Amino acid sequence: MSRTTVYNKCLADENLIVDDVTVHTRTTAWSAALSGLLMITVIASAGIGPVAIPPVTVTYILIDSVIPLHAYPIEQPLRTIVIDIRLPRIVLAGLVGFALASAGTVMQGFFRNPMADPSIIGVSSGAAVGAVATIILPLSLPVGVELQGAAFITALLTAFAVYLIATRNGETPTATLLLAGVAVQTFLGAVISFMLLFSGKSLRRVVYWLMGHLGGTTWTDVEAAILIVPPVFAGLLFYTHELNVLLLGEKDASAIGVEVERTKRILLTAASIITATAVAVTGVIGFVGLIVPHVMRLLVGPDHRILLPTSALAGASFLVATDTLARSGAVEVPVGIVTAALGAPFFLYLLRRQEVTRL
Amino acid sequence: MSSTCVEIQDLSVRFGDVTVLDSIDWEVPERKFIGLVGPNGAGKTTLLRTLNGTLAAHTGEIRINDRAISELTSKAVSRTVATVHQDTGVAFDFDVETIVEMGRTPYRNRFGGFDTEDAAAVEQALARANVAQFTQRSVTTLSGGERQRVMLARALAQETPLLLLDEPTASLDIHHQVRTLQLVRELLVEGKTVIAAIHDLNLASQYCDLLAVIVSGEIIAFGPPRSVLTESIVEQAFDATAVVFDDPVTGSVSVRTLASDPSSCERDAHIHVIGGGGAATPLLYDLQMAGYTLSCGVVQTGGRDAETAHRLDIPVQTVDPYASVSVSDKEMAESMICDADCTIIADINIAEGNIKTIEAAAKSNQLILVEDRPLSERNDAGKKGERLYGSLHSRAEITTLRDARQTLNSLTAGSPQNHNTLSGYQSPSSSDSI
Repeated sequence: MSRTTVYNKCLADENLIVDDVTVHTRTTAWSAALSGLLMITVIASAGIGPVAIPPVTVTYILIDSVIPLHAYPIEQPLRTIVIDIRLPRIVLAGLVGFALASAGTVMQGFFRNPMADPSIIGVSSGAAVGAVATIILPLSLPVGVELQGAAFITALLTAFAVYLIATRNGETPTATLLLAGVAVQTFLGAVISFMLLFSGKSLRRVVYWLMGHLGGTTWTDVEAAILIVPPVFAGLLFYTHELNVLLLGEKDASAIGVEVERTKRILLTAASIITATAVAVTGVIGFVGLIVPHVMRLLVGPDHRILLPTSALAGASFLVATDTLARSGAVEVPVGIVTAALGAPFFLYLLRRQEVTRL
Repeated sequence: MSSTCVEIQDLSVRFGDVTVLDSIDWEVPERKFIGLVGPNGAGKTTLLRTLNGTLAAHTGEIRINDRAISELTSKAVSRTVATVHQDTGVAFDFDVETIVEMGRTPYRNRFGGFDTEDAAAVEQALARANVAQFTQRSVTTLSGGERQRVMLARALAQETPLLLLDEPTASLDIHHQVRTLQLVRELLVEGKTVIAAIHDLNLASQYCDLLAVIVSGEIIAFGPPRSVLTESIVEQAFDATAVVFDDPVTGSVSVRTLASDPSSCERDAHIHVIGGGGAATPLLYDLQMAGYTLSCGVVQTGGRDAETAHRLDIPVQTVDPYASVSVSDKEMAESMICDADCTIIADINIAEGNIKTIEAAAKSNQLILVEDRPLSERNDAGKKGERLYGSLHSRAEITTLRDARQTLNSLTAGSPQNHNTLSGYQSPSSSDSI
């Protein structure tokens, strides 16, 4: 036992503790940076529109609305534009991007499949069936949350049905789950197409919903999303270690003490709930949940302890920015078109550079 | 005798209607390296997966360190049993340290962090499995052997009394196979019990304290390699003819399986093999498997060829060590050679001592010469040897050890065969001697 050995031993000891600290430090640093980016995006977005408002004024309005000291000279119409018209939509875009990107991260890790997205077990198709049915069926319940509510419920029912179909003897193989999801999505696609045939005058509204949009958002929509997305996401943060272990494969995960089936149920449920919430309030916005986790994985690596929070924050910024683009043209287009139109070429670029070849 | 680590009673595991493990009773002593051997599909992996609690037993009970694993939480089980599965390749970019840290999962509280005890266990595991030098490298950049050691380190970080290894050497080269198994032996000193499914019987025999032979979901033999690896058990387990012998290099018992010949049963040809210095041994095994009636001689008493002939119940003519073949020996050899339908001279050294045996081969009905080395490398009888061998060469069928059975088959089947002529033979030393 030489002195060098002892020294190396100490060094290794230190490295390990440092490494664990490093994960925390890196997570904090990345999250802080991405939160800053999100703030900047939000302020810029709130200033963009038919009435251009300088970022400084937007900042004053935002500070004033949080701490009403009336310390700044703010014109009332501008305050109304920012707080009542633009901000609900921006906050909702942020929440939905946050939800879709975190659900996408969980699903890709869970399925160990780079093609997985938040809707892989049929949540979006389920929501679409509920939403389209509410739009075209002559049921006039009190207007308000009925469409969102129906979409949310059918989304979760679909996810649950897919889970039940893929489960046998208490075990849910991910490959079966994936295939069952694809089959159910195809089936629900047929149901939606069939309903479209009979949608008559509401066809335009249905198509608009299916493309995913954030127009006409009110604070009521935001409230629903705020009540569900952040708490469920906070729960997911406690399962990042399990997500890492699951990447080794289920056999290995089980051998080191992870209750695989239980963990899978928890992860699926949480990811499906936040996806269903996002889809119910905005319609089907594609690509956010697929591409954002991949890009963040390139930047921070596959460790879910860092990946999950950073993907969520990046997803929020991404959707706020793309929705700003969607509404600032001559004609407002559904944001789903913008995310796909920008996201897909960028993804293909990464693919060609062979940076996105695995999880 | 040390105490028991694993105790299995009446364990059955079924997949649907298929019984994979059939009422196994098994007691595994602690601090031993136990090898599970058996043919493909015998249930080795299933037994390991039942031992670590991944598969539920249909009937029966498994107790590890006197606790029934079915009553433990999965975290408690993984503080008792660690498993290294067969290498499946990894498609994710974790660094080595992160993977080994995952081995601490059973000690982790969801809300707690990573304490100094965890750090110490990880560090020790990294050093033990000899992967401490690349803690920061991504597993995707490692070779198969290195990755296997990383997975071993992860299992060691679990700090369990029992370690299960599923084919730990399957994807490794011979050097890393030996290193991995040596490493496992070192773990025993630290008080671990190791159960490993191992395909290679010879590696298992060399490194394991005890072997369990599994066939069709049952343990048909359990004990030290020398008592378990017998020809009859190996034949029963693997449905192959085997030869068990002491490996002079490792000192352990070693197994060779012999290729049986589907068309071997009908042969009635009698073959005489002229051997010496062990050159006839592979021929005797091979031709015996092919179903020929054999005789052998003249070889040294107690030599390898004589031993093989005795073991295979082949009539053999011997002379004392260092003695030359006498005239009377030659006569007897001639009579054996005359009786045989065909005589084979193995790739032997020709010397003054055995030159009379070679002379006797002239009486053969048919002659095959096995030549893996040129005569010049194995002729210690000078011009005389060259001349004699040359004369046999002109009328013999020439082959190599690997093709000997093939040559003999076609010769005794009576199919037309091009006899090698003198023109095909090149004297290694001088052509004028022929």
